[in-house]
Amino acid sequence: MPEMHRTKQARDRYNVLWEWANPVKFMWFSGLALPWLVGATVVTMAVGLVWGFFFTPEAVNFGSSVKIIYVHVPSAMMAISAWFMMLVASLIWLIRRHHVSALAAKAAAPVGTVMTIIALITGAIWGEPMWGTYWAWDPRLTSFLILFLFYLGYMALWGAIEDPDTAADLTSVLAVVGSVFAFLSRYAVNFWNQGLHQGATLSLDKDENIANVYWIPLLFAMAGFGLLFVALVFVRTRTEIRKRRTHALELRERMADA
Amino acid sequence: MIALLARDLRLAFRAGGGFGLGLAFFLIVSVLVPFGVGPEAEVLARIAPGILWVGALLACLLSLDRIFQLDFEDGSLDLLATAPIPMEGTVAVKALAHWITTGLPLVLAAPVFGALMSLDERGYWWIFVTLLIGTPALSMIGAFGAALTVGLKRGGLLLSLLVLPLYIPTLIFGAEAATRGIGGFDNATPLLMLAGITAASVALLPFAASAALRINLR
Amino acid sequence: MLELAVDDLTVSRGGVPVLERLSFRLGGGEVLVLRGPNGSGKTTLLRTLAGLQPPMAGRISLPPEAIAYGAHADGLKATLTVAENLAFWARIHGTREIEPALDDFNLQSLRNRAAQNLSAGQKRRLGLARLLVTGRPIWLLDEPTVSLDQASVTLFADAVRAHVAAGGAALIATHIDLRLEAGIFDVGPFKADPDAPARTPSPFDEAFA
Repeated sequence: MPEMHRTKQARDRYNVLWEWANPVKFMWFSGLALPWLVGATVVTMAVGLVWGFFFTPEAVNFGSSVKIIYVHVPSAMMAISAWFMMLVASLIWLIRRHHVSALAAKAAAPVGTVMTIIALITGAIWGEPMWGTYWAWDPRLTSFLILFLFYLGYMALWGAIEDPDTAADLTSVLAVVGSVFAFLSRYAVNFWNQGLHQGATLSLDKDENIANVYWIPLLFAMAGFGLLFVALVFVRTRTEIRKRRTHALELRERMADA
Repeated sequence: MIALLARDLRLAFRAGGGFGLGLAFFLIVSVLVPFGVGPEAEVLARIAPGILWVGALLACLLSLDRIFQLDFEDGSLDLLATAPIPMEGTVAVKALAHWITTGLPLVLAAPVFGALMSLDERGYWWIFVTLLIGTPALSMIGAFGAALTVGLKRGGLLLSLLVLPLYIPTLIFGAEAATRGIGGFDNATPLLMLAGITAASVALLPFAASAALRINLR
Repeated sequence: MLELAVDDLTVSRGGVPVLERLSFRLGGGEVLVLRGPNGSGKTTLLRTLAGLQPPMAGRISLPPEAIAYGAHADGLKATLTVAENLAFWARIHGTREIEPALDDFNLQSLRNRAAQNLSAGQKRRLGLARLLVTGRPIWLLDEPTVSLDQASVTLFADAVRAHVAAGGAALIATHIDLRLEAGIFDVGPFKADPDAPARTPSPFDEAFA
């Protein structure tokens, strides 16, 4: 008996979680949260970027060019996170059929694409003084280029299909299969060219390589980019929900005329 | 399912055009590249595995949209969907038919084109082996892309945009295995990865592709 | 017992319900003719019954692998001959015999002609002959008499009669009188009411209620 009770409780909590996927709840919650979210984004980004750009000492070896990490690293992080979020949202749509989930995945794609572009461009700008070239087929850079191609394909598929549920289904299937291949590509590219990033002084995997003076503003910048992503996805998802509602009304009107 | 394979092959032979088109494209690529990079044998031999792999990949891409499009347009796909063979089987058979009509001729012809690119005997062998192992994955991945875009009016360009990124790992491991083999190095790792991609694609992608087809038939 | 049973079925096109709360039965030996104006959802209903698209609500019960679907498109391959086209579908469905089907639809003299050289009516006859080689008991036919002449319509009606006499069933969307012993099912009254969102809730209506 106690066993049963516990599972029921667990299921209740689980259901409460899913309720946020309901458009009504989502519109209500996101509407309420957005002003705070935007405020927090502005504050953390301002702190991170201003601190990072103007109040960190210039590194001995790299000069001021190193400060681009305050844009490069967070955008690269969000480029990958956005794809991961799209994968999860796609799976939720395929399994649970929550419309908000599919629309959130759609909303995240352009944001993720822009993050990828920012990461690539800042990488190129940074690469010039560091390696003497704007572009090198370094595994990490190459992986981001491939990720960019995956984003393009995903968005093109959304754009090409008229029926919104069909588009949601097909893009979700593509996101799942694409993720597997994107992952494979990452390993293939690593195998293909052992590159410049490896063992670099600024590798974030080992935090002893980066001094606290640089690290703390970087944390702010990363949090700021993360919040920016969430805020943009919220706004875009709200727009998508409104668009779907308009579309449904139009269809109904046409049906009434028929 | 054998009936379906036989029909698809017979259709490909009767239509004639589509069958040799990939091969002709492959030939043109192998002829054009030396014009672009110059006739030095060492240079050509060095880039040959990559060029031949990219050429094979693009030749494969040319005929992908035909895998499901014709059957979709004339209603056969609807009827196949209600037939007793599972959709996954239909997808797998159609990918196999695509491989036999496009991939296999490329594999067989690759050594000849290798000669154009100044490869030696070892080169012929490794191009042949890596393409033989890798092209089934190209057909299967392509069938998945074709299933995604089958309902679209101008699906051809989108199909390329969707499929080419998915081809990257196959291309990397295939070309790498060929290059290492030709150079006399150990290429067991890329060869195994290539075989793994083919095996996994053939085993799993029919499910994803048939899901996409069912969604498109709705 | 062969029976197609439909209970409270709602079918949708592009996420919008077109016919709702349909219920009917179709047993062995019966023919049911679907009536309704163009665009009323007959094709959508037939595709849903054939399993090509999921129902929006309600239940469809039928024996497994019982459906032979005859759509607007005949699924013919232009470069294959009449006999080859038919033999292909026979093999797909695990039957061998195509001769009776060729006889019934008067296609024997055309058997070696490529499908691309057939007239529209001849193509249609070949498409209908396909139903016979499927060996499936329930035929779902969407405007089967399009481009058929009077003699061919009679051939078709005879084929349906023979199929039903052998215990089969047919659901036919058509506007012409086939002179069959058939029930009539008018889909008109089941047209989904576009102004009743409460009955067919879409998640996007709730959001703005």
